[in-house]
Amino acid sequence: MKVIHILNSVWQFYRDGFRNMTWGRTLWLVIIIKLFIIFVVLRLFFFHPALSGMSDKEKQNKVGENLIEKIK
Amino acid sequence: MLDTSLIDWSRAQFALTACYHWLFVPLTLGLAVIMGTMETLYVIKKDDFWKRAARFWMKLFGINFAIGVATGIILEFEFGTNWSNYSWFVGDIFGAPLAIEGILAFFMEATFIAVMFFGWNKVSKSFHLTSTWLTGIGATLSAWWILVANAWMQHPVGMAFNPVTVRNEMTDFSAVAFSAAPAMKFLHTVSSGWLTGCVFVIGVSCWFLLKRREQPMAKASIKVAAIIGLFSALFVMFTGDQSGLQMAKNQPMKLAAAEGLMDGGKDIPFSLVPGVKIPGMLSILATHDINGYVPGINDLINGYTDPITGEKHLSADQKMVKGRLALNAFRDFKKYEKTDQTKKDSAQLVLNKNMKYFGYGYIKDKHELVSESNFNLIYWAFRVMVGVGILLVLVMVLMLWYGRKDKLENNRWLLYTALGSIPLVWIAGQCGWILTEVGRQPWAIQDLLPLSAAVSGVESSSVVITFFLFLLLFTALLVAELTILLKAIRKGPEPIVESK
Repeated sequence: MKVIHILNSVWQFYRDGFRNMTWGRTLWLVIIIKLFIIFVVLRLFFFHPALSGMSDKEKQNKVGENLIEKIK
Repeated sequence: MLDTSLIDWSRAQFALTACYHWLFVPLTLGLAVIMGTMETLYVIKKDDFWKRAARFWMKLFGINFAIGVATGIILEFEFGTNWSNYSWFVGDIFGAPLAIEGILAFFMEATFIAVMFFGWNKVSKSFHLTSTWLTGIGATLSAWWILVANAWMQHPVGMAFNPVTVRNEMTDFSAVAFSAAPAMKFLHTVSSGWLTGCVFVIGVSCWFLLKRREQPMAKASIKVAAIIGLFSALFVMFTGDQSGLQMAKNQPMKLAAAEGLMDGGKDIPFSLVPGVKIPGMLSILATHDINGYVPGINDLINGYTDPITGEKHLSADQKMVKGRLALNAFRDFKKYEKTDQTKKDSAQLVLNKNMKYFGYGYIKDKHELVSESNFNLIYWAFRVMVGVGILLVLVMVLMLWYGRKDKLENNRWLLYTALGSIPLVWIAGQCGWILTEVGRQPWAIQDLLPLSAAVSGVESSSVVITFFLFLLLFTALLVAELTILLKAIRKGPEPIVESK
């Protein structure tokens, strides 16, 4: 019961905090747009990690090959 | 054939992202100290005057924090896309600090920043004050772990290379995190952030005085910021000096290039600007001894014997031979890894013996180690950084002097100087990063991995596209920040609420 009371207090704290924001609303809009651009647009369409989808074994082999290839 | 434009565009993209990120971070670090100090004064003195002041600077902190947060994440994306060989090669060394940074520091900031903004009049004064300080400490801890990672790039220690996994594995966490190089880098960088925050507060407060608005708050803010700022500026200089010692010891080519020193010696002068030299000063900066030996670029390329310690330093050609032995041994290790244990073990012995020079195996011409095109950039970056630092010490002293006599408003030249110092402190910060990162070239990891080996095999055209996308995105963010920040400053602090 005490835990539920604490969780409820925390929830109300955040809820009231967000509801009572004034200038903070503009900032949150900027944050949300920025995070969308970074994590959705940029990450999905423009950033494809070269080693993604590989197991650790495949990564170590790939990097090993790359490092050896660059010796030539 | 390696596409050199790929390296150049990948570098440019990373530099652009890092420079933009570094527009926001120092103000976060600096304003955290200011708002923590002012709220502490509020709690101790029980005076709403300080509460109002703290809340004003806290608002500006919040604006900067909101715009700047997550701009550093793009750097991590770039590691994976443009620098995949590097990001795998560094292994645990980056993984652990960045994980700690994310889990501990970011969540600490994120938790307590909510209490800081939402908790006025809802939580106790002491809890709110603690939250304010913990928000700042969280941001500072974030900086610690990032700087540990960067310091390791400049001076790789505390690890052993595992040819099976092709990764560096941490063997000594305290060497990686707490040795002199990361410690000085952290202290120097963070104190430069404090200085940035103080210069910002003083500059904005001087604007209020010029407009004859909020004079009591402005003067009080100037006093607090000038005291912290003077301490910060002096500390930046002290830690900068210590960082210089580290640079002379671990990256002598960077120091030689920063001075354009071709031939070394003892009692080497330092040039303030071309043609104006301070006798013996470079030896003092590098060794804290006017008779200290400072190697020049030619000495580092051709090899030399330190006349004071007698220590022999290999020539670039000798390092390249050892580097090639290491690379060939690594190739043999991978070739015989599963087929011939004896040859594999023999290869590992050679690799271990020459691992220190691994990166030199990729250098085809010793002149790649000296990027003359960077000399001017590094030379002037260092001088601008130090020159602005000295100027800011003077500004702090003048602020305290005239503030003590309550004569700030009568000296509009000083108010305009302080206002003009705002962009200067940011320029100095950027110059510091240019010195440390451009001076590191051609190394991604000093002596272990040059850029040519670190870079991924992506198409340079994709890097060009994302470069310009970032330019657009970050410029938009910067315009948003300046617009919102200037609006908040023009509006000023909220009215005093009598609550004694």
